[in-house]
Amino acid sequence: MLEVAHLKKYFTTQKAVDDISFNVEKGSIFGLLGPNGAGKTTLIRMITGIFYPDEGSILLNGKKFNADADSARIGYMPEERGLYKKMKIGEQAIYLARLKGLSASEALSQVKDWFIRFEMQSWWNKKIEDLSKGMGQKLQFVTTVLHKPELIILDEPFSGLDPVNANLIKDEIFRLAANGSSIIFSTHRMEQVEEICSQIILINKGKKILDGTVANVKQEYKENLFRITATPFPANYPNELFEVLSKKEQSLTIRIKEGHSPNDVLRYFIDRDSNISSFTELLPSLNDIFIKLVEGTSLSRQFQPAKS
Amino acid sequence: MNKIGLIIRREYFTRIRNKTFLLSTFLLPVMIVLLIAGTVYLGIKGKTNHRVAVSDENGYFRDYLKSDSSLFFDFSPAIDTLNYAEKNCSAVLIIPVLKEGEKTIYRLKYKKQLGLANIDDLEKRVNAAITDHLIFTKTNISRSHLDSIRAASDIAELKTFSDEGKKSQASSQGLSYAIGWACGFLIYLLTFIYGAMVMRGVMEEKTSRVAEVIVSSVKPFPLMLGKIIGIGAVGLTQFLLWIGLAFVLILVAQAFIPHELLQEVGNMQKANAMGNAQMTQGSEAARQIFEVKQSFQNANWFLIIGCFIYYFIGGYLFYASLFAAVGSVVNEDPQEAQSLLLPISMPIVFSFIIMSIAVQDPGGPLAIWASLIPFSSPIVMMARIPYGVPTTVPYWQLLLSMACLAAGFLFTVWLAGKIYRTGILLYGKKPNWKTMWKWAFKA
Repeated sequence: MLEVAHLKKYFTTQKAVDDISFNVEKGSIFGLLGPNGAGKTTLIRMITGIFYPDEGSILLNGKKFNADADSARIGYMPEERGLYKKMKIGEQAIYLARLKGLSASEALSQVKDWFIRFEMQSWWNKKIEDLSKGMGQKLQFVTTVLHKPELIILDEPFSGLDPVNANLIKDEIFRLAANGSSIIFSTHRMEQVEEICSQIILINKGKKILDGTVANVKQEYKENLFRITATPFPANYPNELFEVLSKKEQSLTIRIKEGHSPNDVLRYFIDRDSNISSFTELLPSLNDIFIKLVEGTSLSRQFQPAKS
Repeated sequence: MNKIGLIIRREYFTRIRNKTFLLSTFLLPVMIVLLIAGTVYLGIKGKTNHRVAVSDENGYFRDYLKSDSSLFFDFSPAIDTLNYAEKNCSAVLIIPVLKEGEKTIYRLKYKKQLGLANIDDLEKRVNAAITDHLIFTKTNISRSHLDSIRAASDIAELKTFSDEGKKSQASSQGLSYAIGWACGFLIYLLTFIYGAMVMRGVMEEKTSRVAEVIVSSVKPFPLMLGKIIGIGAVGLTQFLLWIGLAFVLILVAQAFIPHELLQEVGNMQKANAMGNAQMTQGSEAARQIFEVKQSFQNANWFLIIGCFIYYFIGGYLFYASLFAAVGSVVNEDPQEAQSLLLPISMPIVFSFIIMSIAVQDPGGPLAIWASLIPFSSPIVMMARIPYGVPTTVPYWQLLLSMACLAAGFLFTVWLAGKIYRTGILLYGKKPNWKTMWKWAFKA
């Protein structure tokens, strides 16, 4: 649905986005991850047509992306929320929908539908300054998806929401994806990514350092860790086969060494009359992978001249 | 484009519906009228009457220096240069012997400033007294004879006409001055009010971070243009309301003039239309009303209002786009706006100063140049136009000035668009003119 190829954007002090490519399938939820200052916002701004890329191409449904014509197909909720503080909420929602190209009557009926769905009918004549932060967030989400965009970009959509409202938004995200919208979801919260996203990319310092489905990425970064529960444990462990990382009453966390398989380990235990009650592979969490990949690069991104 | 229409409508209606719009529409003229009335009142009230002691040992002036209520000359010998203040005099005039054929200095000593106008008046009276003294000592003419000649000599009155080829138009310098000054001042005021409104609107969009949401639907340039046009339409609405208000006020004022007086005025108008230049009949009041009416009718209102609207729009677009550019680069800190605003408000203030000179000398080189250059032309040209087109302002000047202004605002809008588009999405960076220059010309 969205194909981004070799996208580059250099600012005078920084290579904000440096040759990034990825594809987003129709109806998928795509996680865009990266530490602060990695270039996520710049990347998103290019996809939403706010910035022009220096190099590279963006294809939307196989056609070259055109900011003017395609803005109606995109809904963008920036990380820093913003709405007109002094404008009435109902009017404002209609205004934003009409800027995306909806007709007046269409905008009105869409806004009404969404306000009923999110139980916000009583807000119509209120102003933004009367809303709490969480309420503002809900409204912002509504204004982002009002015009039924094919591509929805959400930058930290859950920050500041209580669990009930976060679930409400999450369910809407799933529903929108099931109805065929593609969703790009940018966040630092890895547990949300694991829960929601089907595919992810991780960028750091303007470059893509990871790309794949959540399951594949976990497979790729697994460290052959297993947990085995058994009684009794064998008296000693062969160092060439596996290494014991920790030991709790009846379970061991082990790392199987290169060239050996879990079967070898199980056979070793069985041969020594140990009764195995469970044996599970320990896959790394996305959080671990994120930290592993990003760690070691300096915490705050240094400014550097962008010479290509 | 459809979207720019939406933006204009939002900018326009959110402001028109605001209570402050109605309030400012009606309060601003009231305040201006009060301000003018107040200064005039204080000017009259503040004109204090002065007693000036005269130390005139030779009696040269005794019978000739004329006193009246505003300036009274006291010849009493009891007052001298030491005690004049205690004797309730503001100053003392010390006159030595005046010799014929050479300049003698006479002095005025004061404890309380007399003011420029009073000194001027005093000097005139002293000169007149010398003339009178010489007339009586050198000729045989009697005093009563001279006075009667003086009274009889008041038989001529100057009326000015602007020469427009076939017909001559009666003109009134005073009215032209008043209209010119009012137009220039109004454009000056409106440029600041609406320019600042544009800047605040842009800053609001930036600081509330709504800009990024909007910019993902609309390009920054139409967003800026929509805001400028929408707010400009608010200004125009306000101006038209003021004209309507003035019209109503004039009608109301006429209702207060007695009926007979109006009839007399009507008769005069008829007589004037038939080419009868003499207006001997009619009371003094009727004559005054007639003259005011006449000069108001002679002022070319269609031209003045038409030009005013053009120069208001042109000047507004010229400066509002610069205000928008400043609004787009500042962050939350209003202090930043202050320092960036200086280079924009300076030319406006200078234009105002030039305008107050141009309105006194509408054909002078300063007035002509300043009314052609787009930085100052909206304010200065409006001060000249009431003096007459094409007499004081030839057509070529008017057209050139209008063309320059159009080119000027196209340029500033283009320039501001470039700065705006980068500035509106940039946070945290302290702006300066150098970086803005870079955005405008290098990006």
